Formats: sequence, structure tokens, C-alpha cells
Amino acid sequence: MILLRIAMLFGSLSLLAFGGGSGVLPDIQRGAVGAEHWLTAQQFIDLFAISRATPGPGGTVVLLVGLKAAGLLGALVAGVSMWGPPLLLVHGAARVWRRIERSVWRRRLEIALAPIAVGLTFGGGIALVRSTESGWVFWAITGAATLVLWLTEWHPALVLAAGAAMALLAHP
Amino acid sequence: MNQPPAPAIRPTLAAIFACFFSIGLQSFGGGLSAWIRREVVRKRGWMEERPFLAGLALCQIAPGPNSMNMAVFIGTMLRGIPGALVAISGLMLVPVVVTLAAGMLYFSGSSIPGLQRGLAGAGAAAIGLILANGCQLTPRAVRNIGQACLMVFVALGLGVARLGLGEVLALALPAGLLLAIWQERRPREDRDR
Repeated sequence: MILLRIAMLFGSLSLLAFGGGSGVLPDIQRGAVGAEHWLTAQQFIDLFAISRATPGPGGTVVLLVGLKAAGLLGALVAGVSMWGPPLLLVHGAARVWRRIERSVWRRRLEIALAPIAVGLTFGGGIALVRSTESGWVFWAITGAATLVLWLTEWHPALVLAAGAAMALLAHP
Repeated sequence: MNQPPAPAIRPTLAAIFACFFSIGLQSFGGGLSAWIRREVVRKRGWMEERPFLAGLALCQIAPGPNSMNMAVFIGTMLRGIPGALVAISGLMLVPVVVTLAAGMLYFSGSSIPGLQRGLAGAGAAAIGLILANGCQLTPRAVRNIGQACLMVFVALGLGVARLGLGEVLALALPAGLLLAIWQERRPREDRDR
């Protein structure tokens, strides 16, 4: 049964999807393209681009793989089996966090985790710069967007639209 | 910057849904964590900076998409299980519908000229959103030279040296805790705001 196989592929990877989930993309590709033949390698790359372009988290490519494999029900099963386990984990962590509100260790952890959160944010951004479209046009867009969003109160959607326009104007 | 928000605000479920719905609606190109901070901490004042930062770290460490983790974390902190459910539903409603529609369009064989390049440009700007979020968070999260070193170590370890998350955390978390305990022994000057 195909829905079961979708659930097994994504369920087995869900708790390994550290760092926002991009780490398990090769495993998803291996399973969905190589082992199951739900789609071709080119289709997988195209779907990844689509998932990055549409709103929402980057991991929405799993919905599209499920959609190709077994229609809307396949997308549902893929999403639930991929995201259900980590979200339950985070829910549990938040409950514990709320319970220890007055504990000295929560305060210490908050102080310890704050610079780590910022380091993880920068590290993720740098890793993205290194792994996506390169070339001075795109670096310039990233740099300009960083400065504008850091130092002004411009709406981010405006900055993203400007980035798209700059990329199109540089190479029509 | 904005006024420090009054603590213990407990928004309604409808307000949580509306907040995360608007985040999901606006968030083309990724970088949702930055959007979430803008809406939840800076605009609405539902959470203070420090618990938000701790939640952000936990959600980045946990498996799964950071922004979905943040929705569940914040929803749970504000209103328990119902809060988590409305937050994640609000966040994902528009992205799921639009993504599936785009996928169906793709499999029907349509294409739009220039789309790929325009999207790459928006994606490059979205990375700027992430980096700008880091720049804005730095003065709030980093209060002494030790914490600055810790932040740089985590950023370069993951972004440049390509170390694993586990290796980075095995060093960074104990170091951060030691710094926090050491900070308690000092007078108040570099604590809080």
C-alpha cells in the first residue's frame, strides 16, 4: 500500500531532520526517486525549487513528493509523518519549559541559549549563501537586503520583491 | 526600539490563529523565524525577548522546520495544546494550499518565463532576512565577550567549518551554562537590559 510506504519513508527520517530539515533532503531524494520511483531526479529538483518559492517553511517539498506519489491523500500522509514527531517533541519541550518558569536553571539555560540561538541563525544563513545560487548579483542582493532589513523598518515583502526585480534586471 | 512589553499577556486562540495566519501569508522565500519574532515579540508583545530567544534555540536544535517548531513552541507557551494547534494551523494554511496548487500546476506542464530567476533573487533577499534577524538579535543575546565568542563559534562552526550540530552543541551548551553561572556572581551591570 503506497500510503504506508510514504509514511514509512518520511516517518523514518522525521526525527533525523536536524538543522531545519535540509540535511535529510538527499535521503528523501534517494528514497522517493531511487528506491520507490515516485518521480524523476529532475522533477525532484523542480519540486524543491517550487517549495522554496512558495510561502512557508522550506520543508514543504515533502508535500509535493507525497502529492506526486499518491495525490492529496499522499501529501497529507507525507506532511503528518514528516512533521508530526518533531512537533510533538517541541510541544513536550515547551510544556516542560512552562513548568520550570521560576527555576534558576531555566534562567541559566535562557542566558546560555541566547547567543547559541543567534549563532545558529547566522550559521544557517551562511550555509544557505554557500549552498544556493551564487554569483555577485545574488551576493549583492543578500548583502543589500541584510542591511536594509537590519537598519530600517521596511516591510520584508517589499525587500523580497526588490530582490526578485534586481535578479531579473541584471539578467533579463 | 519598542517599549518593553508587559508580561503575562494571554491572547485568545483567535488572536493566535490570526497572528500565525498573517505570518504564513506574508512569508514568501523562507526566513520565517524572523517574521515570527517581528509579529510575536515586537508588534504584539506576547513574549519577552529572553524566553523567545531560548525557544528559538530549542526549536533550531530540535529536528523539523524551525518555523513550524516555533509556532508549536509559542502556541504551547501561550495557551497549551489548543494554542499549539491553532498556531500551527494558522501558520500552515496558506503555505500548504499554495504549495499544493503550485505542484499541481507544475505537473500539468505549465511554465512561466523568468520565474526561476526572479525566485532566486527573492531567495537571496530572504537570506538577508535571516542575517538581519541575527544582527538585530545580537545586542539582546550577547552581553559579554565570552558570549560573543560563543556566538561566533556556533555561527562559523555550522556555516563555514561545516561541523555537525551535535559537535557544536556539545561544546557550546556547557560553555554557555558556565558563562551564565559566572555572570550570576558578578554585580548587576551586565545583566538584563
